[in-house]
Order: sequence, then C-alpha cells, then structure tokens
Amino acid sequence: MIAGAAVRAVSGIGSAFLGIALEVGSFGVLTARLARRLAPPDFDGTELRKNFYRMGVRSLPIVLATALFTGFIMTIQAGVVIGRYDAEGLIGWAAGFVTLREVGPILIALMFSGRVGANNTAELATMTVTEQVDGLRALAIDPLSYLVLPRVIAMVVLLFLLTVWGDLFALIGAAVMGEVMLGVSRHVFLRGLLDMLGLWDLATGLIKSAAFGLMIAIASCHFGLSVKGGAPGVGRAVNASVVAAAAGVFVVDYFLTYLLR
Amino acid sequence: MIQVHGVSKRFASLVLDDVHLSVPRGSLVGLVGPGASGKSVLVKAITGLVRPDAGRIVVDGQELTSLGELELQAARARFGMLFQQNALFDFMTVEGNVAFPLRRLTTLAEPEIRARARDRLARVGLAGFEDRMPAALSGGQKKRVGIARATITDAPIRLYDEPAAGLDPVTSQKIFDLLREEQRAAGATAIMISSDVDRLLSVVDRIVMMVRGRVVFDGPVDGARSSENAMVRQFLRGETEGPL
Repeated sequence: MIAGAAVRAVSGIGSAFLGIALEVGSFGVLTARLARRLAPPDFDGTELRKNFYRMGVRSLPIVLATALFTGFIMTIQAGVVIGRYDAEGLIGWAAGFVTLREVGPILIALMFSGRVGANNTAELATMTVTEQVDGLRALAIDPLSYLVLPRVIAMVVLLFLLTVWGDLFALIGAAVMGEVMLGVSRHVFLRGLLDMLGLWDLATGLIKSAAFGLMIAIASCHFGLSVKGGAPGVGRAVNASVVAAAAGVFVVDYFLTYLLR
Repeated sequence: MIQVHGVSKRFASLVLDDVHLSVPRGSLVGLVGPGASGKSVLVKAITGLVRPDAGRIVVDGQELTSLGELELQAARARFGMLFQQNALFDFMTVEGNVAFPLRRLTTLAEPEIRARARDRLARVGLAGFEDRMPAALSGGQKKRVGIARATITDAPIRLYDEPAAGLDPVTSQKIFDLLREEQRAAGATAIMISSDVDRLLSVVDRIVMMVRGRVVFDGPVDGARSSENAMVRQFLRGETEGPL
C-alpha cells in the first residue's frame, strides 16, 4: 500500500515535470517561429500600432499608480533602518537601488501580466475557439505575422517604456514620502540617489523589464493559441497563462539578477 | 481538381478513415452525412488546416500534404472557404471582414476594394450592414457575411461548410442558387457540405456521403436517390429506422 502511494507520488511528480517541460519547449518553439519572422521583418504595422495603444496607453494609469505606491512603501520600509542609524543621506540610494534594479520592474511586470497578458490570452483563445485564427490561415494570412508578432513586439517595447515611467514615478513617490515622513529633503534624497547609483543600476532593471515583457508575451500568446475545449477552455487558458507568466518572470529574474549583478 | 488519396486522421478517435475522393475541375460536389462523420475535418484537411496522419491531398496538381506551413499558406490563396461557425473577425466591421482578403491578397486601390465589398454584401442581401460589427448580427446574417468573404476573391477552389445553416428557406435557396451560379461562372472547383439535403441535391453535380469517417457513397445525384445502400437511402429520406 505504501509502495503504491510512493509510485503514485513519483508518477505525479514525473507527469508534472513532463507537463512543465512540454510548455517550456512550446514557448521555445513559438519564440523561434516568431524570430524567423523578424528577419526580414514580416508583421502587420497597423496591428502593431493598435496594440501599442490598447496595451500601452490604457495601462499607463494603473502602472504609474502602482509605481507611486511602490516608492512610498520603499521609503517606509527603509525609514525604519535609516532612522535607527541616523543615516538619512542613504535614503535616496536605498529606495533607488531596490526600486530600479528589482522591485520596480518586477511589480510593473506582474501588473502588466495581469492586465495585458491575461487579456491577450483571452482574446487569442476566443479567436482560436471561434475559428478566427483558422479563418486567417484559410485566407492565406499567417496568424503569427498578422496577429501574434505585433502583440509580442508591443508587449516587449511597452513593458520597457512603462518601466521607465514607473521607475520615475516610484522615485518621486519615495522622495515625497521621505520628505513627509522622515523629514529628508528632496536635495538630500537626490544626492544619495545620484552619488551612489550608476546608469548600470537603471539599465539592469530595464533589461529585466524587456525580458519580462518577452516572457509574458510568449506565455500569453502560447496559451491563447493552444486553447482546447471551447469557452471553458478560454478560462483555463487565461489561468494557465497568468500562472506561467508570473512564475516565468521570477525564474527569468533569478537568472538575470545573477548574470547582471 | 481536388484529389484525396487514402487520407486518415485521428484525434481522440478516428475521424477520417482511408478517404478517397476526386472532384474534377469546374464541378460542384455535395458532401453529406450524419453529424461527426468527418465532413468538416475533410474540408479542413483539403485546405491544410488539419494535417492528415496518412494519405495525400493534391489540388490542381500540387501535393499539399508535402508542403511546409509557409508554402501551404501561399497555396491557400487559391481557396475560398466558408466555415461552419463563419469565423468572422469580431474586431472588424462587416465591410472590413468582406474586404479583408482583397486588402491582404491584392493590390487593388482602396475605393475599388470598398466598392467590391459593398457589391458582394448587396448580393447576399446585406446592403446597409457595412458598418455593423459581427456581434450585432443574427446567425443567418453572419452566415451571409461569411459567404460574401469566402467568394470575394473569385477563388478557383471553393469549400462551403453549411452555407444555409440558420437561414430561412427562401434565403437558403437564394444562397444555394447564388453559390451555384458563381461557381459555374468562374469555372471553380467546389465542395459544399449541407444538412439541407434537398436543396443541396438540386444544385450539385455529384454527391458524396460519409459515415464514421468513411466514404459510403460517391456518385451522381440520381444514383444517390435510387441507391441500394441502406445508409444512403435512410439518410436521404430522413428515416428514423435503419443502420444510421
């Protein structure tokens, strides 16, 4: 009986591992097929512009609000230690270092994944189950060039740009909270920020944001296109996409943090 | 000419089982059979939307089953296809849907494309519906938009999956007559799937019946009506007792 349970447990772990390997492999295949359409560029410019507007302009308010509160939180957390050691001059560095390199890109990516990635999966999955994707193929139009690549490009570029704006708002939030709560002037905050942080700290976060954008885009498109089972399948695809994108963002973050340290 | 040689396809179960079919150039073949007999899958296999597990499909001398995805995509420019669920693009207007193949596949000027799309919509009885979104249409209206889109490029190979589903009898007959008239005028090779057997038999050159993934009858319309095959007889007469 115990042996049977052990076999089932090992079998379950093995199946789960194979399932993950299959999805990761599918991400790789989709990425390779899209890369093939980049040289020479083969994608729809009108769709790209539409996606920039839908995904970018409409995401800006929520991303900026998230970033602002992230800045507030960074200062509140750092303020405990800063106050204990009487090191107000470090507040700009502490908030900036954590925000630019890690917290800003990752929180904005998760926000972006929930808003844009989930919506993208739902759209593509609905188009797949209602035969719209097959409809494109039947009209001799490549769905990857027309539908998918513009979305992937838009997501990568937009998450990068949203992180630039998000970083700015997070630092403004941190400076305001530092002045209001800890009495640290903006000049002291700015000096700590500029003297102790370099461009590489900013670049690290932005490189990560582009990689997170690619991760979210590939996961959301893959689950949207591979949906099965009609309307209930769309719900399952969105769920799988959000989970895979979030997990993927942390895995990518781990490797990039190691490589870019 | 469409030639299907020994095509088989399995999903959860076997949906196409060693199917052989030949549609001569310029003819219209009706494809009938009970639900889940593999008709739609066969039509999708002919366009390369479904890859057969075995067998060959040759269209106008080109073997489609041996082509890669991008080559197949180019070959599909010769097809006009109406899907069972219409497959209208829900992010485009009615006119946008109908004009889409011309915008993507031709170099026609925009005024010409719009004029052709409007003319095509008028021919299926949808003049004045140009700016509506597909979600605002009834099932029959969606079907007619699908027909307009499938026929706008005057494709030499035409595949219609249930063109009369959801239409009233008068509109059904008009659509069948329109599709037949245009197929003849263009000399196109066509396959038409329909559950409206009587109307289908009135327009097609030949009838093919499938049951459980296999072709059980392939012959002239009169031959189908007088067939000794019990399945064909039961299906065409709509009898409840029999082998089906």
